Parts: sequence; structure tokens; C-alpha cells
Amino acid sequence: MNTPVSETQSTGGVSRRTALKGVGAMLGAAAFAKAIAPLTEWTRDMPAEEFFQRHYKELSAIDMQIILRRLEKETKEQHGVDVTITDDKPQPGVKFGYALNLSVCNGCRKCAEACHIENNHDRPSNQSYIRVFEMSKGSLDMEKGNAHYDHPVPQPDKFYMPVQCQQCEHPPCVDVCPVEATWKEPDGIVVVDYNWCIGCRYCEAACPYHARRFNWAKPQIPAAEINPNQSYLSNRIRPEGVMEKCTFCLHRTRNGRLPACLEACPTGARVFGNLLDPDSEIRQVLAHKRVFVLKEELGLKPNFFYFFDV
Amino acid sequence: MLWQGSDSQNSTVARDRRWKRNAYGRVFGFRCGWKSLAKILTLSALAGLVFGAAFADDRAETRQATVSTNTNAPLHAVVIKRPDGPPQVDTGLTNFHGQPVMASCSSCHATTKPNLDTRSTADLDQFHQGLKYNHGNLSCLSCHNSQDYDALRLADSRTVAFTDSMTLCSQCHGPQRRDYDRGLHGGMNGYWDLTRGGRTRNTCINCHDPHSPAFPLVMPVLPPRDRVAVPHKPSTNHAPAAAKTP
Repeated sequence: MNTPVSETQSTGGVSRRTALKGVGAMLGAAAFAKAIAPLTEWTRDMPAEEFFQRHYKELSAIDMQIILRRLEKETKEQHGVDVTITDDKPQPGVKFGYALNLSVCNGCRKCAEACHIENNHDRPSNQSYIRVFEMSKGSLDMEKGNAHYDHPVPQPDKFYMPVQCQQCEHPPCVDVCPVEATWKEPDGIVVVDYNWCIGCRYCEAACPYHARRFNWAKPQIPAAEINPNQSYLSNRIRPEGVMEKCTFCLHRTRNGRLPACLEACPTGARVFGNLLDPDSEIRQVLAHKRVFVLKEELGLKPNFFYFFDV
Repeated sequence: MLWQGSDSQNSTVARDRRWKRNAYGRVFGFRCGWKSLAKILTLSALAGLVFGAAFADDRAETRQATVSTNTNAPLHAVVIKRPDGPPQVDTGLTNFHGQPVMASCSSCHATTKPNLDTRSTADLDQFHQGLKYNHGNLSCLSCHNSQDYDALRLADSRTVAFTDSMTLCSQCHGPQRRDYDRGLHGGMNGYWDLTRGGRTRNTCINCHDPHSPAFPLVMPVLPPRDRVAVPHKPSTNHAPAAAKTP
């Protein structure tokens, strides 16, 4: 037992114990350096809350409230408006569906305008989640539609097809997101976390309905026109460089109200409701009208239906 | 069924995965059923973790606030807008209070002999001149009641009040009435979920002029300005080389 000690003493080198201690200390230091590495991304103008939101941790309901209050404060600072940002949760037993009657839609774009106002869209770009296509009768190919018509409507040889997010059962936009900043909620709504989105626009490319929009710039909205009733996952004012999309106005619909585009429609072309309630209007459409979905061949199973009066 | 995903199991797994990784940060207990919630409560109580108990309470509160739909709460009303009553004509005069003097239809028609032959707006006089009419081959007295001009008339000559004009329209427009009764025709405002609020529905004449029911031409609003949907314009940069040479 004493032999190794005497050997070490005789050679005057580093003992194994000391060497192991050194290795351990180095490993510890490296682990510590790795652990605090994210701190190097902490810039001077970034509040601590935002830093921690970027570096994942599980949030409690209280944490969420703190974040919502911070976002409200930031909105006040940046836009000078008092807003309320809530975190509306999906309701149990509710799955949203939408239907649109192409026989009566007259292409007035009032729905797009209502969306523009309700969802705090950028004013200079006339942004809206709804694009209305002027279509030639006899074709249902939305790629051949013209969204830039500028003449009195409806024209006799045309019909008009508003297209927004179809809230697919198999959303390709969700599949391609590299950071999982977008996902499908239990009530069928595909949502985006604007503070998690990195703005790569993969989802915009993946969506065959051209339903996603990119914020090229910070949305510009006059303070008087800002809708103060906001929700984290829907119409709060988006940051620059993130994706956004139609949420069926979840800040309204998850509180029982009808979407803004439906209320604005002067022709009553829009029908909204709970697909799981057999007495709902949307189920009446599915039961009594011949409905179709856009680009059915892609197999994405939209929850947005179109029908004609027969 | 058409709208239900066949592999809902699959998507649930994906959702749960997202649930855990999402910065937006769900409370993880939110996804737990009551059983696991109770487990968590018991565990935290056993451990005597004051902090944990506070968390669990917080979660229970959130859960309760969310489950508000599936109760047997009384449904709010669906109100169908109705006309106020018989229409009145502005005589152009004012009374000594400065208010306009309105005349009911019967003011004149009580003493005027109805003309059953009137079929064209050109035959109309007084207030009715210039009326735009485009509603099939009906005559005035198909709908207006020659016995009582402050009411309407059904096809079987029964009287119906102006406030019930939908009954009159439904005589011919059965498919529209059928769809209306199912909630598929006509605009509405308010709540899709009647356990949480009421709804107001339009009546026929809120959208359709009874004398000319087809929708008029309108100019569309909010022209889109996004780059994506701009129609392709032929570029001038690739003109034939011959055209460039002087």
C-alpha cells in the first residue's frame, strides 16, 4: 500500500489523485462555461423577462400573466394605447368549422376589411388574412383567380371566392416549422407564437392556400384604430419579421362570439360554428348542402368548407 | 366523418410534444385530468411544499375558468330583426315643434280607389314616382293589401302585418326560408355559443330591397397590396435584342 506513495515521492511528479482533481476541475469549469453561455446573447436593450422567455423554461399560469402584463406595457410604450392581452384557451367539446356560400358572395371584400381592423393589421400594406379571388365560372382552381380586381362587383360571368386559413387537420405549415413556433390547438385552430417564430417563412411556402402572411416591417397602425381587445395567440400587434395567420378570431370565438369577417359580411355568405355540436349551423351546412374543400387532392382535410345554393 | 382526422392519436402525441417545448408556456398541469391533478395535490400536500400547493391551486382555478361551455345554462335569445311597423311617408311638412309630419299609407289610400291593373312603375304618381322596381312579374297588389294599406297581403288574400313580412317573402322563396331556419341564409351578429350570449339575425328586408331584391353592384373595398398575389406583368428587360439596337 505504501509503495506508490514512496514512488511518487521519489519521482517528484504529479500524483494520479492530483491529476484527476485537475481533470475534474477542468470539466467542471467547462460545464459551467457551457451553462452560462446563453448569457452572452443578453444584450443591453433586452429586458430580463424577454431573455428568459427566449431560453426555455416551463411557464406557470402566474408566469404567463407576468408576460401578458409585460406585453401590455410594451404596447403602451410603443403605440401609446392601453390594451388588454389575454391568453384565451381552447374550450373542451368545441371544434371550430367555417363554411362559405359561393352563390351569394359578391366579392365586396368587406370581410377582408373587417379582418384588417379586428386583427390590428399593418395599415400601409392593406394586410388581411382574407384574400378574395375573382373566379371565372366553370373553374374552381384558386390559382387562376384574380385577387386584384378593381371594378364594380359582382360581374355576371364571375364568382368570388374568399380564401383564408383553412385550419387543416394535417397542416403542412406546422410540419415544416423548424422551431415548433406554430401548432394545432385542440379546437382545431392553427396558431403561431410570435415570440417564438424565427421568421424563416417555411410555413408560408408550405401552405397551399397562401394563407400565411409575413410581417416585413413593424405593423403601422394609428393609435386610435388599434383594437384593444387582444389575445396572445391572435390579434396582439405582431413584432417585425414573424409570421401571422387567420385564427378564426380566437380572441372572439373562444369567448363564444362570431368571427369579425362573418359579422361584416353584407350577404350572409358565412356560416360558423362548433363541428362537435350536431345542432350548430355549421353542421346544418354539412348535413344539407353539397360542400367541397379547396385542393382536396392534397389530403390536408381543411375545416373550411365551400358550398353553392342548389 | 369528413372533418375528423383519422389519425387523431398521432396529432395528439405531436401536440403533447409541442406542449412541453413551447416557449409560450402552457402550465403543464393544464393538460392533466382531474385524477392526475388530485395526485399532484396529494403529493404536494404530503411533501409539505407550500410552493407546490400554491401552484396546484392556481391550476385548479384556471381549469374552472375554462370549463364554462358545457353547462346546462339557459340559452340566450336569438332575436330576429323586424320592421318597426307600417312604413310612413315624409310629407315634407313640419309641425309646430319642428318635427317632420309623417303620413301613413292609409292616409291617402283610404280614400283612393285601388287600381288592380297597375303593373309598371311608370303608372305611379305622387310619392311613388321614380320607384325602382325589379321583382319578377308581380303587381303592387300581389303584396300590398288593397283592403288595408297599412298591412300586407298573402297570396291567399289573408292579411299579414308589415312586422311579419318574412312570412310574405317565404311564400315564393321557400328554399331561402328553409336555409334561413337552419341558420344558413342571412347575416347575423353576436354569439355562436348561445350559452354565453345572444344573437341578432337579419330579416329579409335588412339586405334585400323588397321592390328590387337583387344585390346592387358595389365597389370592392381594401384592395390588396401584398407582393405575393400581384399578377405577373411582362418584363421589359427582356425585350428582343433587335429592338434595342438603334
